[in-house]
Amino acid sequence: MVRNRMKSVRNIQKITKAMKMVAASKLRAVQTRTENSRGLWQPFTALLGDAPSVDVKKNVIVTVSSDKGLCGGINSTSVKISKALAKVTSGPEKETKYVILGEKGKVQMVRDSKTSIELTISELQKNPLNYTQVAVLADDILKNVEFDALRIIFNKFHSVVSFIPTVSTLLSPEAIEKESEAGGKLGDLDSYEIEGGETKSEVLQNLAEFQFSCVLFNAVLENACSELGARMSAMDSSSRNAGEMLDRLTLTYNRTRQASITTELTEIISGASALEG
Amino acid sequence: MRAAVGCGVRRSGNSWAGAAYPAFSTDVLAAPAVDQTFVEAWKKVAPNIEPPKTPLAFMKPRPPTPSSIPAKLTVNFVLPYQSEISNKEVDMVIIPATTGQMGVLPGHVATIAELKPGLLSVHEGNAVTKYFVSSGFAFIHANSYTDIAAVEAVPLDQIDPSLVQKGLADFTEKLSLAATEIEKAEAQIGVDVHSALNAALTG
Repeated sequence: MVRNRMKSVRNIQKITKAMKMVAASKLRAVQTRTENSRGLWQPFTALLGDAPSVDVKKNVIVTVSSDKGLCGGINSTSVKISKALAKVTSGPEKETKYVILGEKGKVQMVRDSKTSIELTISELQKNPLNYTQVAVLADDILKNVEFDALRIIFNKFHSVVSFIPTVSTLLSPEAIEKESEAGGKLGDLDSYEIEGGETKSEVLQNLAEFQFSCVLFNAVLENACSELGARMSAMDSSSRNAGEMLDRLTLTYNRTRQASITTELTEIISGASALEG
Repeated sequence: MRAAVGCGVRRSGNSWAGAAYPAFSTDVLAAPAVDQTFVEAWKKVAPNIEPPKTPLAFMKPRPPTPSSIPAKLTVNFVLPYQSEISNKEVDMVIIPATTGQMGVLPGHVATIAELKPGLLSVHEGNAVTKYFVSSGFAFIHANSYTDIAAVEAVPLDQIDPSLVQKGLADFTEKLSLAATEIEKAEAQIGVDVHSALNAALTG
């Protein structure tokens, strides 16, 4: 009976070790791409700054999560942060909606905020992530969702064992104009000349769309990296646990085996001594 | 000083936001990178959860506008899959803005320019590196930093002229045959890009 348990625990250990290796190899590939894409959003933040405390009427929270499970707590942290962010940005006359990328996030959000979910997208990672796919996705979201401020929540990949929840705030073109007139961080946007025949609002529109697709691309890549890293560490700890369990089971198995041998021996010996004397 | 901050934070029973700073001391120069109003609003709503970081915390802050025109231009040229040029000091950049080729020198007035498909050249001393960019945006800041974010860029020597000619012929044909608005727009874009490629290769 103990032998059956030992067999199944040994299988679990092999499976989790294999999953860890797979995640590690995938991580190496995605990590280089993520680090290369990190330069992409910096020009936009240098130009427009980042104002998470901006006060607008329509907030849309884009939560990036994974499709597959067994990746530790990153999806729950993303969901927790989105819900808290919704509370921070809510108030009278303000509405907050969600756009959820990834199955795991959808499952958790549907449970209590079903009405606020505007759009859900899953199976992002069926094909390797590339910019065109994300650009199409960004286009979809922009067409279907009205917003004054977009907040993208994802887990930024800091190292294999540490992932930092991050929120990137993007403003719609109208909100950018309003903020630049109000002064403050975007105040010197007006000092920038607009090159080109189009008006300032058209250029701002294109700029906002481009910014969204770039930031979303980086966010999706970073989240994928964090997911693989979290899966690696989760599988690592579970294979270690399986190993410890196996050790304990082996000890109990040996003890019971030795105990049964001892009882047999004592029976034989007592039987033999009873026959002799 | 860090120990004092840590002690203060722990005593007030706050979240460990203070302890996070030493970990990022290489990335963040000073507290201004964290938006205080946001952190405070967050703490009111969710005191037990650590507030998420914002991109500003991960970026090196840019230097302020110097009073005299600096000698060189610092260029950042980024693509979705890699940072082609990052923080390189050059003499001049010529970017393909929608109004035509625009030269950027140190001390250029702050500008936001939308790019059309065309030739981008970076001049440093006597060396010129040329790229063909598909489209994107260029920001020229007042402190002589130039950021160019493009969707796709290829060094000119990797483009095959015969394929360019073929592509141009294909798309011109498609344009004449196009029926719907969408097909016409797609064919027109193809023609534009290929003729720009052609011009970049020959010019």
